[in-house]
Amino acid sequence: MRLLALLLRRLIWFVPTLLGLLAVTFVIARVVPADPVSLVAGETATPAQVAALRHELGFDRPLPVQFVDYVGRLVRGDMGTSLYTRRPISEDLVLRLPATIELTLVAMVVSVLFGIPLGVLSALWRNSILDHALRVVTVSGLAIASFWLGIMLQLLFAMRLGWTPLNARLQGFPPRPITGFYLVDAALTWDWATFASALSHIALPAATLAFPALATLVRFTRAGVLDVMQSNFVLYERAMGLPRPLIVWKYILRSALTSTVTQIGLLFGILLAGAVVTEAVFDWPGIGTYAVNSILRSDYNGVMGFTVWAGAIFIVVNLLVDVAHTLVDPRERTT
Amino acid sequence: MSGLWFVLSRLARDRSALIGLLLIALLVACALAAPLLATHPDDVFELHPAQRLRAPSATHWLGTDRMGADVYSRLLFGARITIVIGIIAVGASLVLGVPIGLVAGYYHGWLSDLLMRVSDIFLAVPQVVLAIAIAQTLGPSLPNVILALSVTYWPWFARVVYAETRALQKEVFVESTSALGASAWRLTVLHVLPNIASPIIVRASIGMGFTILTAAALGFLGLGPPPPTPEWGRTIAESREFLPDAWWYAAAPGLAIFLTVMGFNLLGDGLRDVLDPRLRRSRTVRDG
Amino acid sequence: MADLLAVRDLRVDYVTDRGPAQVLDGVNLDVAPGEVVGLVGESGCGKTTLARAILGILPAGAARIRGGEVRFKGVDLLREDPRAVNDRVRGRAITFIPQDPFTSFSPVFAVGTQIMDLMKWKSPRVGGGRRPATLFGRYPRERRRADREAVLQTLRAVHLPEPARALRRLPHEFSGGQRQRLMIAMALLPRPELIIADEPTTALDVTIQAQILRTLRALVKERGVSVLFTTHDLATAHEICDRVVVMYAGQEMEAAPTDAFFARPAHPYTRRLLASVPRRDGELRDIPGEVPSLVTPPPGCRFHPRCEYATAECRAQQPALRVLADGHGVRCHHPVDADRDA
Repeated sequence: MRLLALLLRRLIWFVPTLLGLLAVTFVIARVVPADPVSLVAGETATPAQVAALRHELGFDRPLPVQFVDYVGRLVRGDMGTSLYTRRPISEDLVLRLPATIELTLVAMVVSVLFGIPLGVLSALWRNSILDHALRVVTVSGLAIASFWLGIMLQLLFAMRLGWTPLNARLQGFPPRPITGFYLVDAALTWDWATFASALSHIALPAATLAFPALATLVRFTRAGVLDVMQSNFVLYERAMGLPRPLIVWKYILRSALTSTVTQIGLLFGILLAGAVVTEAVFDWPGIGTYAVNSILRSDYNGVMGFTVWAGAIFIVVNLLVDVAHTLVDPRERTT
Repeated sequence: MSGLWFVLSRLARDRSALIGLLLIALLVACALAAPLLATHPDDVFELHPAQRLRAPSATHWLGTDRMGADVYSRLLFGARITIVIGIIAVGASLVLGVPIGLVAGYYHGWLSDLLMRVSDIFLAVPQVVLAIAIAQTLGPSLPNVILALSVTYWPWFARVVYAETRALQKEVFVESTSALGASAWRLTVLHVLPNIASPIIVRASIGMGFTILTAAALGFLGLGPPPPTPEWGRTIAESREFLPDAWWYAAAPGLAIFLTVMGFNLLGDGLRDVLDPRLRRSRTVRDG
Repeated sequence: MADLLAVRDLRVDYVTDRGPAQVLDGVNLDVAPGEVVGLVGESGCGKTTLARAILGILPAGAARIRGGEVRFKGVDLLREDPRAVNDRVRGRAITFIPQDPFTSFSPVFAVGTQIMDLMKWKSPRVGGGRRPATLFGRYPRERRRADREAVLQTLRAVHLPEPARALRRLPHEFSGGQRQRLMIAMALLPRPELIIADEPTTALDVTIQAQILRTLRALVKERGVSVLFTTHDLATAHEICDRVVVMYAGQEMEAAPTDAFFARPAHPYTRRLLASVPRRDGELRDIPGEVPSLVTPPPGCRFHPRCEYATAECRAQQPALRVLADGHGVRCHHPVDADRDA
């Protein structure tokens, strides 16, 4: 029952939060010294041409009217047209979304798969060499600029060693689109050559993206495990001679993970934020590069579109995290 | 004052916090003494195209960049930019966020809800994204970067202060002081503020690191102060086309960013351990 | 009569800022088969440390065993292969009832899961020591069913209502008393020879304490299980123990069968303890002085600074164990003779 109440409360706030986000971005985008319309029109446009363009784009109407109109169209799924490409923005974004999601998911899987066990081991073998080595890694993980890490990785693995390609998502033709994720599609169609190519292309960007997430997970899991190790139930299980692996990997980890689930939500935030910059470094055809390009080209509709998407995804993810947390911590369910 | 001494002495025992402090001191020293420490202080503005892209040598300790300027010297002056951005941005966020958090925490009505909702909106999207959007619409310059960062970081302070204020409200001493008839503001200033000082300080230190990273990202994307300002992020962007040969050109500024941010993170962690030992906070939330 | 458990001259230090604290300072203890022994003492006397040392769960970094033996059925547990001890002794021959039932269960797993995990590895239907201790292990359906039956039976024996439904519940859905009953059941299921109960009723309401104790006593007597029972409450010891041992500052001071203990206490400390129990005549008598520092314990008899009968001999030399009567031992230079003195 509490779950339902929580869901309901979150859904109710979803819309106002999103609207608020839009309003903020909208206002900032329009209330600006630089005139977006003339930027788009170009330097050679005459004032008359600029005015005509402004009228055509609807930028000459009062701000609130523009906003209401935008929201109205948004509700119908129309995000407007890119000022730059002149294509519907929703189309552009949908085309690019799978690339970003695939990258983010791979990075998340990698960081979880390695981060949590390493965190547990780090706690178990406290102050060992492994623990100290991991401490260095985790501290750096949160201090390295993602884009710089990406560039350094490119320098080493692509340029100097030649082990991976430099950038882009794939060399050659993409696999038959079933899910839009190259790795999945290639595997499903048994196209292993493409799979290998996709894998080698995603390796560096995923590694770059995963690094800070991995660092966070290791540190957090370590702290959680250290804390749980002091619990009375662990003492009891030790006193009753239960096998150590059982105590650690079933009971300790499970308790330590209850709050890690919330962390995964935050992790997603880190990853998505990092994706924007990482995509720029690797020329990854996702919504991150779309955002950056829109921004650099003063394509305000594009910026708005991206903000809407990113905001919506975020709010949904946070909601899912809250739901998952409720599910994972059984105490929440029955009280 | 005895509190300060206690904090400092405990901090001194934390080795990693000391390393952090050392790194920060190094940064500040570089920034302040840049004209003295630089081997080629004029290279911030002058161009020497004949010397471009030289490898590190005795005269140019970290080599030269695409304009022939000394990388090392430009790096030192870049430290100034970094510090300025960090301090002002975090300072402004603090000045904006703390009062909002206080008001939201102290009152319980629609105002409080509204303020927290507004901050949620800003937190709904990764700071980088919003900062990029803002910085771009305003145009690439130093003040705009600072503005963009301040506007997007204040919610972190507001949230921390809000949570602490609410928690403190439940504590008996606030109730009893209020029963004694102290005015709301007096209550706030004399009683609440000292108690929220610790989380604010911790947040500020960690925020410095995070802000500097975001600022570098903005610079990398071309949204920071325009050339010839030797901002670290932009330098990295400039260096890309000359890789892999002129690797020092890209490596040096990145390393500088790394050491700086690490310094603030280590110090922040150390401060958190010292100032909030009772609240077992995880040392890992990479928030901002 | 061969003792089930014999602790000889056990010394355990705890590491502190000011140096090692001698928490156990040459303590001796015996538990016979089928006997319920109460270990009584104030906080800090070392009774919990002794219980944990026997179980082998002292905190590795903080505690150091300096010497002595813990002989269980003749075998010194301190010098045996730790893995064998973990597999064959802990949770099988020796089980544990913890002090705090509120935090001794994992909060995220159903009670049934936790009990069945225990049965999987410690069920009396399986011999110990042959299987590697891992995360996974085979749990044949036959045995699982038999174990589950045994679990339900035992839960009924500890008077837990609706055992089958209880297994599906989470720990926080039970009251403290019920959780402690679960603990008792879990301590009995592996068919142990000795149960170490560390202040099992301290965390419970007074009204429930007696019930739990009586349940425990009835069950262990029925099955012939020995119990080493630590408590700071003399009334509890009187309620269910066959023998009582008093500890002070890391040593045992007096040990006697319950009746003799309460009727003819010989150690000055014991006498003070008994006298300090609040009574109807209203006078509160406490023991003057404080528990000594374990880092720098007083020389000679540990109790001498607070003892009214202390002599020079007491200040200089540690008293050896003196046997007063059958099963009644005391560590004192001048044990009080009830007929002679007060």
